[in-house]
Amino acid sequence: MAPMLSVKNLRVSFPTHRGRVEVVKGISFDLGRERLGIVGESGSGKSMTGRAILKLIRKPGLVTADRLEFDGIDLRSQSDRQMRAIRGARISMVMQDPKFSLNPVMTIGEQIAEAVVTHEKLGRSAVQERMLSMLEAVRINDPKRVAGLYPHEVSGGMGQRIMIAMMLIPGPELLIADEPTSALDVSVQAQVLDIIDNLVMAKGMGLILISHDLNLVSRYCDRILVMNAGTVVEECAAGQLEQAQHPYTRGLLAAMPVINETRDELPVLDRSQWAGT
Amino acid sequence: MSQNPTTAATVEVAGAASRRTRRRLLAILGFVATVLLTFLGLLAITFFIGRVIPIDPVLAVVGDRASSEVYEAARVAMGLDQPLPIQFVHYVLNVFSGDLGQSVSTGRSVVEDLSRFFPATLEMATIGIIIGVVLGVPLGVIAASRQGSIIDQIIRVVGLLGYSMPAFWLGLVGLAVFYARLRWVGGPGRLDIFYDGLVQPVTGLLLVDSLLAGEIDIFWNAITHLILPASVLGFFSLAYIARMTRSFMLDQLSQEFVTTARVKGVPERLVIWRHAFNPIRVPLITVIGLSYAGLLEGSVMIETVFSWPGIGNYLTTALLNADMNAVLGSTLVIGAVFIFINKISDVLYRVLDPRAR
Repeated sequence: MAPMLSVKNLRVSFPTHRGRVEVVKGISFDLGRERLGIVGESGSGKSMTGRAILKLIRKPGLVTADRLEFDGIDLRSQSDRQMRAIRGARISMVMQDPKFSLNPVMTIGEQIAEAVVTHEKLGRSAVQERMLSMLEAVRINDPKRVAGLYPHEVSGGMGQRIMIAMMLIPGPELLIADEPTSALDVSVQAQVLDIIDNLVMAKGMGLILISHDLNLVSRYCDRILVMNAGTVVEECAAGQLEQAQHPYTRGLLAAMPVINETRDELPVLDRSQWAGT
Repeated sequence: MSQNPTTAATVEVAGAASRRTRRRLLAILGFVATVLLTFLGLLAITFFIGRVIPIDPVLAVVGDRASSEVYEAARVAMGLDQPLPIQFVHYVLNVFSGDLGQSVSTGRSVVEDLSRFFPATLEMATIGIIIGVVLGVPLGVIAASRQGSIIDQIIRVVGLLGYSMPAFWLGLVGLAVFYARLRWVGGPGRLDIFYDGLVQPVTGLLLVDSLLAGEIDIFWNAITHLILPASVLGFFSLAYIARMTRSFMLDQLSQEFVTTARVKGVPERLVIWRHAFNPIRVPLITVIGLSYAGLLEGSVMIETVFSWPGIGNYLTTALLNADMNAVLGSTLVIGAVFIFINKISDVLYRVLDPRAR
């Protein structure tokens, strides 16, 4: 079976006064209807990878790839109009912080409804019904009341569940979750990820979970890509993270504290092992 | 023992409703109170200006050859022998009863003068700000949504010109080209001379009064006279409004929720107008309100070039003639306009921004 998403030699670069800087330096991966985790530190290019797939990198940023195919569609040659039909409807993305990613002057109901109306011609009551049942699906009690609220009136965890509802309501086949829980309290992180996980599994969607949290990614994903400085340094099944080979991954794993351990000092990353500078 | 739950709920709903009306009533009362307080502050300031200005109001009335008895009698008649707090109370009471005193230079009451001069400025400023908003806001939005493009550069140059060109020069060139050479617009003044005084002033706004009187000819004539000075004013506010709109929009377009809209597949036109523009309406109102208030102060330059009988001219003449009542009256009107526009922006804030409710 052909993969749902196929990426080969993806590069993203931005101009600076010292010439173009590549933030993603030729990464390749295939994705089926599975859950892929992309892990890496800040600036490793993991978010840019997610945005490049949706062609959201705006000028003067430049995206090139030898292959960027979704369900047999060559995304590279899609016009803006064609991309709009794919965005939301077929590939969607949950962003980091609901405080900034929800429109402050539109009600939650309006914003979720907009995601449906953009792609489907539906009557007002049908839209309303879909919106309310979607809010219920992300475990929001009293969806009618919440639909009339503005983003500043809900908590972070609730905001992120609303974001998920908004991104899943048109029924996309692939969801990119870009650090969906790093702006949330630890106590609600698991709840939000469980919701994403349940919905993705139930609908048989593909998931790309972008995170800096190795533990979290290994818990929720089938396969993991470890990124550093714009390249994939390691690719492994989630269960085999312990056998990771690359010094960067090993370093990250070693730096993770364990409850009840008696280490006096946590090791830090020794970048000279792979950076070569 | 236990209360009927439905009754309890109904009572609670009714209680919430009455609480809401009471809160709304309190908000309105608070609003009126702040307006009154601000206005009182304004009165205190104009009163203060009147006392510290190095003009002797008595001397301005009786002339410098009057005997000291006449001078003293006039001083008492004007209430200037009273202690300052009493004078202030008198001043406030007079203002609230619509009496701003006599103008020394025109010989009419200041209220009458202002009702002639202010509408002329109001008419010009209103058309000016409409031109500024109708053109400036879309230009700013277009410039921001195509940042760095040729269109953006052109709009920025136009804005820069609007910033740096002297108003009177633009007015004179406008008159030379569009009036003297092309004959497209009317010359200086509010009407052609043979139309002057034909319309009974009701509002003082010629465009409104001529329509009320059913005089379409006069209406068109007033427009041809108004369009050039209003465009010059409009160009300046356009430059400012477009520039501010552009920078507000650039700020919004880099926000995450704009990316969210794009992720949803929303068409770019809606991304710009619904998602990026709607949130900037609130700061834009401040910008527009302030430039409108600025225009309503009257521009002496423009009014002089176009022989426009506006409040800028009136105030300048009054200042040069040591006509204190006229100066204070005009200052009061301009201050009141600022208060009024500020309060309207406050109300609009609350309507447009859910976070301010």
